[in-house]
Amino acid sequence: MKLGKFLFAAAAVTALSTGASAGTLDDIKAKGFVQCGVTTGLAGFAAPNDQGQWAGFDVDFCRAMAAAIFGDAAKVKYTPTTSKERFTALQSGEIDVLARNTTWTFSRDVNLGFEFVGVNYYDGQGFMVRKSLGVTSAKELDGASVCIQTGTTTELNLADYFRSNGMSYESVVIETSAEGRGVYEEERCDVYTTDASGLAAQRSTMADPSEHILLPEIISKEPLGPLVRHGDNQWGDIARWTLNAMIVAEELGVTAGNAADMASTSKNPEVLRLLGAEGDMGAQLGLSADWAKNIVMQVGNYGESYERNLGTTTPLALERGLNALWTDGGILYAPPMR
Amino acid sequence: MSDMTQGNAPGQHYPPGQHPDMPPPPGTVGFVGWLRNNLFSSIPNSILTILAIYLLYAAIPPILGWAFFNADFEGASRTDCTAAGACWALIDVRGKQFLYGFYPDEELWRVYVAGFILLLAILPVLFDKIPFRKLLFANTILLPVTGFFLLSGTSGSPEAILPTVETPQWGGLLLTMVIGVTGIVASLPIGIALALGRRSNMPVVRTMCVTFIEFVRGVPLITILFMSSVMVPLFLPEGVNFDKLLRCLIGVSLFSAAYMAEVIRGGLQAIPKGQYEAAAAMGLSFWKMMYFIILPQALRIVIPGIVNTFIGLFKDTSLVLIIGLFDLLGIAKTVVTDANWIGLIHESYAFVAVIYWIFCFGMSRYSIWLEAKLHTGHKR
Repeated sequence: MKLGKFLFAAAAVTALSTGASAGTLDDIKAKGFVQCGVTTGLAGFAAPNDQGQWAGFDVDFCRAMAAAIFGDAAKVKYTPTTSKERFTALQSGEIDVLARNTTWTFSRDVNLGFEFVGVNYYDGQGFMVRKSLGVTSAKELDGASVCIQTGTTTELNLADYFRSNGMSYESVVIETSAEGRGVYEEERCDVYTTDASGLAAQRSTMADPSEHILLPEIISKEPLGPLVRHGDNQWGDIARWTLNAMIVAEELGVTAGNAADMASTSKNPEVLRLLGAEGDMGAQLGLSADWAKNIVMQVGNYGESYERNLGTTTPLALERGLNALWTDGGILYAPPMR
Repeated sequence: MSDMTQGNAPGQHYPPGQHPDMPPPPGTVGFVGWLRNNLFSSIPNSILTILAIYLLYAAIPPILGWAFFNADFEGASRTDCTAAGACWALIDVRGKQFLYGFYPDEELWRVYVAGFILLLAILPVLFDKIPFRKLLFANTILLPVTGFFLLSGTSGSPEAILPTVETPQWGGLLLTMVIGVTGIVASLPIGIALALGRRSNMPVVRTMCVTFIEFVRGVPLITILFMSSVMVPLFLPEGVNFDKLLRCLIGVSLFSAAYMAEVIRGGLQAIPKGQYEAAAAMGLSFWKMMYFIILPQALRIVIPGIVNTFIGLFKDTSLVLIIGLFDLLGIAKTVVTDANWIGLIHESYAFVAVIYWIFCFGMSRYSIWLEAKLHTGHKR
C-alpha cells in the first residue's frame, strides 16, 4: 500500500513536470515573470548598476520580452550565467531565454538544440590605433606592429586579413586582455586588435580615451543574438518578433516618447499594425494587441537601447557601424511586420 | 669604611658578594643593542638589512600614495576620480553590493539580524566560560533553521513579514559567509563520521567511506561545482530544478567533509592503542568511548589542521564565481564591468583582499588561543 502511494506520487510528479514544459508562454504567464539568462558582467551588455539592478543592451532585450508578455518590463528575473553553464541552464529549463552575447554558430543552432531568434549585435574583430598615428583605415596598416592575444581565432583572422590585402605586420604577442592594454599604452605596438566591443571597453579604461580610435574595418563575423530552446515554436516566435519589433520601430521612427501619440495619429499602416491599432498580430502571438507598443514605450526602439547602453554618449562610445539600419549603411534588417 | 665611600676607584676591593651591579657595556642593550643583535650581527645580515630597508622605502610610499594621499574617496562614477591614485568612490557607491549583493534595501534588517544571531551562535562554541551558555547553545542548534528562514523568507507575497528573497539576489560577503559557515558547520560532523567509518572494522561501512573520501579528494572543487551546476540539471527531468545555491552548498560541504575526515583520521591514529583498550576495559560502548575518551584527545591534536581546512574552505568559496554566483570576489569582478566603473579592478581587489584577510587572520588567532588553552602538559 505504501509503495503504491509512493509510485502514484512519483508518477504524478513526473506527469506534472513533463506537462509543465509543453507551453513556455503559459508557464511564464502562470509564474508571472520571464527568467532570463545574462552574463555575469560585460560592460554595456549586462552588468548590475549602482542600485543593484541589471542594466545593459542584452538586459534590454529581456525587459522587452517582459513588456511584450506582461505589459511590464520589470517582470524579469535574471540568472547570471558563465560561458560554460549558459547552454545547460537553457537546456534544463532553468532559464526561458538566453540573452548573453552568444555568437550564432551552426553547431550551437543545430547540434545543441537551440533556436537563435536573430542578431541583436553584429560584433567582429576590429582594430584600435592611437589618433596621433594619423591612420583612418585598416588598409593603411602595412608594416604596423600589432598587439594580439596568442592562440585565439583573432590571430588567424589577422594573418588572413593582412595576407589577402598584401600587407605585412609584426605581431606583439600578449596573454590576457589586461596585459594587452598595458603593452598598447606603453606604445610597444601601434595597433591593438580583438573584438570591437572589447576594444571599446578597453579604450574606455585608458587614461585619455579620446586619443584612440577604432578603425571602421571589421574583419570577422561574430553575430551575437538571443536564443531559446528547440521545440516550442510559439515561444521562439515571441522572442524573434520582440527583437524585430524593436528594429522595425526604429525604422519607422517610433520612439519611447512618441509611441502613444503615433498609435492614434499616424497615417502609416505599418506603424498602426506595429502599435496594435490595426490588425491582430498580438493575438497571433498569443499576446495582447499592444505588445509592441509596450516594448517601445517601456524599453525603447533598437536605436534608443543601443544609444543608452553602448552608444557614443556612454563611456564605451561604440559607433553603430554594422549595427546601423540597412537604410543607414548598416546590415540591421528586420523582416516586414505584416 | 672609608674604602666604600670612594665608589668605583680602580683597584678597589669588595667583600665577596658585595660587588654592586655594573652597567652593561655600551652598544649591547637598548635600541642600539637590539639593532646590533637582530639586524647587523654580521656583514651578510647587514647587507640584507640595508636591502630590505631600501625595498620598503621603494615600495611603501607609492602604495600609501596610491591608497591614501593621491586617492579619490567620493564621486558618482569613474570620471569623477581625477586624482592619480585609487578611486575609492567605487567602494563608497558599491559598498552595499560588496557586503550584501543585490539583497533588497528594505529587507536588509534581516541580514543584520541573521548576522547578530550568527555572532551569538558562535560565542558558546568558541568560549566555554560565558554566561547563559546553555541558552546560547540552543540558539546555535537552531541557527540553520532560523538563518534559512530569516534570509530566504517564508512567503512569496510581498505583504508577508518575511517576503521571499531569492538566492540569486544574495551576494557579496553575505554569500561568502553563508557558503563558508554552512561548509564549516556541515563538514565537521560529516568529517568525523567519515573518519570513524574509515577506521571501522565493518567492511561495507569502511569501503563506502574510503570510496567517498578518495573520490571527492581526487577531483578539484571546481569539478564538483561544475557537476552541481551543469550536470545535475541535465539528469533531472525538464522543469524540475532545485536552487543553484543549494546545489553548490551540498557540493562544498561534501568536498570539505572529505578533507576534514582525513585531518581527523590523523588525530585518531595519533591516540595510543592503550587508550582504546583502557576505555573498552572500562566497559564503555563504542560511542561512549569515542565521545568521552578518544575524540576529545584526537580533535585537540588536530586543531591546527582543522582550522587550516576552515581557512582554506573560506577562501575556496570564491570559486563559486565560476558557476555564476556572486560571492565577495564575484562582486568585485562584476562591479567593474559596469560602464561607469570599468577598469577599477585594483581598488576592487584590494578591498576584498582586506576583508578576506580580516576573517582568515581572526580564525588563525583563535586557533592559536585555543591550542594554548587546551594544551594540558602534552605540548611537544
